[in-house]
Amino acid sequence: MLNFSRWAVFAIILPLAIGVLCAIPSFLPDATVAHLPRFMQTRVNLGLDLSGGSHLLLEASTQDVAKQRLTNMEEQVRTELRRGDPRIAIGDISSRDGKLSFMVREPAQVDAAVERIRPLTQGAGLTGQRDFNVEVVNSSTIVITPTDAGIKSAVKSAMEVATEVIRKRIDEMGTREPTIQQQGNNRIVVQVPGLQDPKALKDLLGQTAKLEFKLVDTTANPSEVAQGRAPVGSEVLKYPNNPSGVPFIAVKRQVMVSGEDLTDATQGYDQSNQAIVNIRFNSSGGRKFGQVTSQNVNRPFAIILDNQVLSAPNINEPILGGSAQVSGSFTVESANQLAIALRSGKLPVALTVVEERTVGPGLGADSIRAGLIASIVAVVAVAAFMFVSYGRFGMYANLAVAINVAVILGVMGILGATLTLPGIAGFVLTIGTAVDANVLIYERIREERRRGRNVVQSIEHGYKEASRTIFEANVTHAIAGGIMLALGSGPVKGFAIVLLIGIATSVFTAVTFTRMVVANWVRRTRPTDIHI
Amino acid sequence: MKLLKLVPDNTNIGFVAVRKWAFALTALLTVLAVGATAHKGLNLGVDFVGGLMIEAKFPQAVETDKVRATIGTLGVGESSLQQFGDPKTVQIRLPLPDQGGAGAANAVVEKTRQAMVAQFPGVTFSRYDTVSGKVSGELIQNGVLAVVLAILGIAVFSWFRYEWQFGVSTFVAIVHDVLMTLGFFAITQLEFDLNIIAAVLTIVGYSINDKMVIDDRIRENMRKYRKMDMKSLIDLSVNETLPRTVMTSVTILLALGALLLLGGHVLRGFTAAMMLGIIVGTYSSVYVSSSLLISLGLTPQTSELKASKKKGDYAGQAERVGPRETSRDNGAKP
Repeated sequence: MLNFSRWAVFAIILPLAIGVLCAIPSFLPDATVAHLPRFMQTRVNLGLDLSGGSHLLLEASTQDVAKQRLTNMEEQVRTELRRGDPRIAIGDISSRDGKLSFMVREPAQVDAAVERIRPLTQGAGLTGQRDFNVEVVNSSTIVITPTDAGIKSAVKSAMEVATEVIRKRIDEMGTREPTIQQQGNNRIVVQVPGLQDPKALKDLLGQTAKLEFKLVDTTANPSEVAQGRAPVGSEVLKYPNNPSGVPFIAVKRQVMVSGEDLTDATQGYDQSNQAIVNIRFNSSGGRKFGQVTSQNVNRPFAIILDNQVLSAPNINEPILGGSAQVSGSFTVESANQLAIALRSGKLPVALTVVEERTVGPGLGADSIRAGLIASIVAVVAVAAFMFVSYGRFGMYANLAVAINVAVILGVMGILGATLTLPGIAGFVLTIGTAVDANVLIYERIREERRRGRNVVQSIEHGYKEASRTIFEANVTHAIAGGIMLALGSGPVKGFAIVLLIGIATSVFTAVTFTRMVVANWVRRTRPTDIHI
Repeated sequence: MKLLKLVPDNTNIGFVAVRKWAFALTALLTVLAVGATAHKGLNLGVDFVGGLMIEAKFPQAVETDKVRATIGTLGVGESSLQQFGDPKTVQIRLPLPDQGGAGAANAVVEKTRQAMVAQFPGVTFSRYDTVSGKVSGELIQNGVLAVVLAILGIAVFSWFRYEWQFGVSTFVAIVHDVLMTLGFFAITQLEFDLNIIAAVLTIVGYSINDKMVIDDRIRENMRKYRKMDMKSLIDLSVNETLPRTVMTSVTILLALGALLLLGGHVLRGFTAAMMLGIIVGTYSSVYVSSSLLISLGLTPQTSELKASKKKGDYAGQAERVGPRETSRDNGAKP
């Protein structure tokens, strides 16, 4: 065991040296690291609990997605059967219990209707799976049932779009290095470091930003509107800022222009210096807008955001040229937020915040300082204790621990892992178990010495016997760590990452590295007795 | 320089002799811990019950009653307050509003902040968490699942690796460690959150580390001294590993002690749990799990039987053990 070949020494030193080198950028200031080549920018990310910032978990309702799809389907079926030749008359259309059913008036046309609908129900995917099943019941009623696979793929694509929209919105806010990740089927994690005002972020992310322009139904009876009833072809919407005092208004169901035709939105001011949002339409949107407004001069139209009326100004003159103003008692901030939301597009599904964790930058700094001081004190105490217990060998163990800490940081940097507060605790524990490995070895050596073996034999046996135990213990520890990593969320995960990396590196440094150092010392000095 | 030895050489403490007392004490403490947990309950954090948590830092020491009174006037539900040893920091917990979704939670936070700023000028809010009931349910499920699976995984591992008795005794000892930790949290009413789950898993990991070392030595000695009485064999093994057990526990306690005193309040509950777990884990390794092996009927022959049955697996080890046995018989301790 005392003979380490040149290659073995190289194989031990090289990975440790790489690990230590990779740890260095974590201690350098940002500006210096930016100058380093890319492969050297191996820094440990600090978790939000250390750097301060906000963590949000957003959830989309899969039921909403399914419902929306069914509504779209209804629309498609109507137009397909009405516009096709021959025209197929239908009635009793209803979407209840997650199914769409309707009656074909002419029983002879049922088969033709099914043929016409079928192409609509085919999934876009390569697998050729159906998104909807079409069934004929009672000879004249057709039932369209969404398939699970169809709903799943719809949710998946909605989540992809939502993630993209959120990314755009956060980028527009000008925040630094946000993390936006899909989690599970219907959740998105958003982490923004160093954010001062998480409320604005939440408001922005909570907005679907579905913008619509509809005509106000002036024929509606105000008292009926207040009770939530509207004439045929109209609907009642919330209008919190209604100057008449009633927080509801009736609008025509038909959409004049929608946010889909939008090309740009910016915050601005109107003549009375009120904050507004200026919007621009694409050519088709501008044409539609011009047409509708010229036909409806002197009538009010409603500006609707997420099914809530922002304002209902009068059309004083035809609005041509494809640009318009959205007003609605905005502050400069809220107008700016709306502009961002509109620019980044509409969320395909509403998201709710199901978990939020915000750490003020002050606390983060306090925690990291406290954690750092505690770690230094812990390391010094442990090192001193090892030295008084094992002398020279204790110092070898300390050297191994020091290298171990650097290598863990380096590996974390390479993996891009995040160091959290529990991660720091994981560090302390790793130091403890790394020391344990050396304690096991040294106690074995002491035992072997007591039994009368010579120095070289004692060291040899000490390492050999203890290594087996260390291996057993670490495998079981790693099982616990692996389960934590797989099942844990947030802090548990942060802890498990450090633990697992620590287990791997500490076996290497505490056993292999110290063995090499000890062997080197024994070979050089040929001691007849050791002080251990 | 004289080196420090916490445990003198060649100790011969009769651990097994007192095992009946140890079992009784362990059982009593475990029952107490479970009773305390059942009776007082755990002070579950927002991670597990859902709700709002706001951490407020005051410029000077503040009375929690005054803070409670201020929040009481807002009509945002029953608040629960906690101080972290340092009288300037107060953690306020509020239930999540029943309806209104994310906006409503925001409103509650905003309302509380404004009222606090008006009443206590200079107060700052260093942290706040909002966890919905749905997520908290999942978090508690995952947390419990992680602990249970970790324990089972370890027990199964040591069952396959050694004899079944090792699996059972390890399992019992670890369950004991976890229950004691829960009891500690029930009695102190320290907040039990996701971080604590990480701490509990660490205790499990450390405790198993400890037991593996002793079990490994017991197994080694079982092969070495085939004729030895099981009680003396376990005493010998525990005594032989005692210096290491004490050294390591002291080292880790030193490190954790530094973290407890200097690591800031965010880590306090976490570190306290780990320190307790290490003491409990060490106790259970020395007094519970190894003595339990006798009660479970482990004898040196058991290991031989298994070894002969699975000759292939153990051939390498048998070869290694063989020559040492003869060369060391005279070195054996009484």
